[in-house]
Amino acid sequence: MIAVIIIIVILVVLGIIFAALYNSLVGRRNQVDNSWSQIDVQLKRRHDLIPNLVEAVQDYMSYEQETLTNVTAARAAAINAGSQGPQAQAQAENMLTESLKSLFAVVEAYPDLKANQNVLSLQEELTATENKISFARQFYNDSVLTYNNKIQMFPSNVIAGMFNFTTRQFFEAPEGDREVPKVDLR
Amino acid sequence: MYEQIRRNRRASWLLMGFVVALLAALGYAIGAAVIGGPSGGLGLLGVFGLAAIGWSILGYYSGDKMVLAVSGAHQVAHEDEPQLFNVVEEMTIAAGLPNVPAVFVIEEAAPNAFATGRDPQHSSIAVTRGMMQMLDRDELQGVIAHEMSHIRNYDIRFATLVGILVGMIALVADFFLRWSFWGGAGRRRGGDSNDQAGAILMVVAIVLAILAPLAAYSVQFAISRRREYLADASAVELTRNPLGLARALHDIAADPRPLRHANRATAHLYIENPLKNKKTKEVSGVFDTHPPIQRRIAILLEMAHAGPEALLSGRKAAATPPPPAVPPASPA
Repeated sequence: MIAVIIIIVILVVLGIIFAALYNSLVGRRNQVDNSWSQIDVQLKRRHDLIPNLVEAVQDYMSYEQETLTNVTAARAAAINAGSQGPQAQAQAENMLTESLKSLFAVVEAYPDLKANQNVLSLQEELTATENKISFARQFYNDSVLTYNNKIQMFPSNVIAGMFNFTTRQFFEAPEGDREVPKVDLR
Repeated sequence: MYEQIRRNRRASWLLMGFVVALLAALGYAIGAAVIGGPSGGLGLLGVFGLAAIGWSILGYYSGDKMVLAVSGAHQVAHEDEPQLFNVVEEMTIAAGLPNVPAVFVIEEAAPNAFATGRDPQHSSIAVTRGMMQMLDRDELQGVIAHEMSHIRNYDIRFATLVGILVGMIALVADFFLRWSFWGGAGRRRGGDSNDQAGAILMVVAIVLAILAPLAAYSVQFAISRRREYLADASAVELTRNPLGLARALHDIAADPRPLRHANRATAHLYIENPLKNKKTKEVSGVFDTHPPIQRRIAILLEMAHAGPEALLSGRKAAATPPPPAVPPASPA
C-alpha cells in the first residue's frame, strides 16, 4: 500500500516537473517568435521610409545618382530577402545599412540638404529605425540564446527532443554594426 | 531580474501593510490624546486605518497620475518631440517590454527625469525640457534606458507607492504637530483623574508623530539608493554603451539648479536628487535619496574601461573647449 502511494507521489512530481519544463520551452519559443516579428516590423518601416528620403534628396543631388541607385537597389534586395530566413535577410539588410551610411555621408556635403526640415526629420526617423532594428536584434539574439540553451541543456533537452523543439539561428550583426550612421546635424 | 521583480511586488505589499499599521497606531495615539481614553483612540484608529487602506488603493491605481500632476508634467506625442519619443521606443524594444510608456515633458531648465506607474503596461517617463536640450542622443538614450530599467524591474510601483504613502504620513503628522502647537491641546476634555494619563498619551502622540515620518523617510532613502545602482547597470545592459549614461550623469551633476516642481515625497523617483543638497559627498548618509553621483559615474566609466577624460568626448567637447573641472572619479 505504502509502495503504491510512493509510486503515485513520484509520478505526480515527475508530471509537474515535466509540465513546467514543457511550458517554459513554449514560453521561450514564443518570445523568440515575438522578438523576431519586432525586427520585422522595424525592417518594414525602414523599407517604407527610404522612398521618401530618396525623393526628398534627389532634386538636390543630381551628381550623386549612383548613391541613390545603390540605396534603391539595396532596398529592393532586402525586401526580396525577407522570405529567405534570418541569415540571408541579415546580409541584405546589412547591405542596405551600408548604402544608407554612404547616402548620409553625401548629404553632409550639401548645406541646402542639411538645412532642409523634411530631410532632417526623415533622418531622425531613419536613425531611430536603425537603432530600433539593432535593439530588436539584440533582444532577439538574447532570446535565441536562452531558448537554444534550454533546448541543448539537461533536463529540458529531453522534452525538447520529444516534442521537436529545434534551435534557432541568430540574426548576425556585421563588424561594427553598432555604429549606426553617425550623422551630425546639430 | 525576475528576483528583483518579485522583491518589488513583495515590498509594495509590505509597504502598504506597514503604512496602514503605522497610521492606525498614529490614529490611536492621537485619538487617545485628543478625544481622550481608549475609546477615542480606537475610534480614530479605525478612521485612520480605513483612510490609509483607501489611500493605498488610490495610490496603487492613480499614484502615477498624482506624481505626474505634482511634477507639472504634460504628455507629448511623437509629432511634438520626435527624438525623445523615438529614444523611448528604442529602449522599449531593447528591454522587450510589451508597450511603449507614456512620454511626458516637464517645462523646467534643470536637467532631470523620472519614471512612474504600477507595471510596464501602465507606465510613464517624464523628462525635463532642460534635459532634452542639454543632452545629445546617446546621453538621452542612457537616461531613458535607466528609467526603462526601473519600469522593467517594477521599481516604479514601489517608488510611486513610497512617494504617495510616505507623503501622506508626513502630511498627517505635520498637521497634528501644528495643531497641538496652536493650542489645540487646550481643548482636550477629561476629568482631573484623567489628566495625568492624558498628558502621557499626549507625549506619546507627539513622539509618534515625529517618529512616523522619520521612519518612513528612512525606508524610502535606504531602498532607493540600491535601486539607482541597479538601474544604472541594467541601463548599460540595454544600450551597451556605459559612456552615454556616464556623460549624462556628469552633465546633470554639473548643473546646480534645483527642480522647482520636486519635493521630498517625489525626490527619490528622479534619476538624480532634484533638490541638489549636499551632492558632492563621497559617502551616503542615512537621509540621502541617491548614491553619490560621482560614485555612479566612476562605476560606469569602469564598465567602459575609460578614464574621466571620456566624459568630455563626443560633439560637446568640441562645442565647449574649457572643460569643467573633471571630478576625481575614485576608481574602486
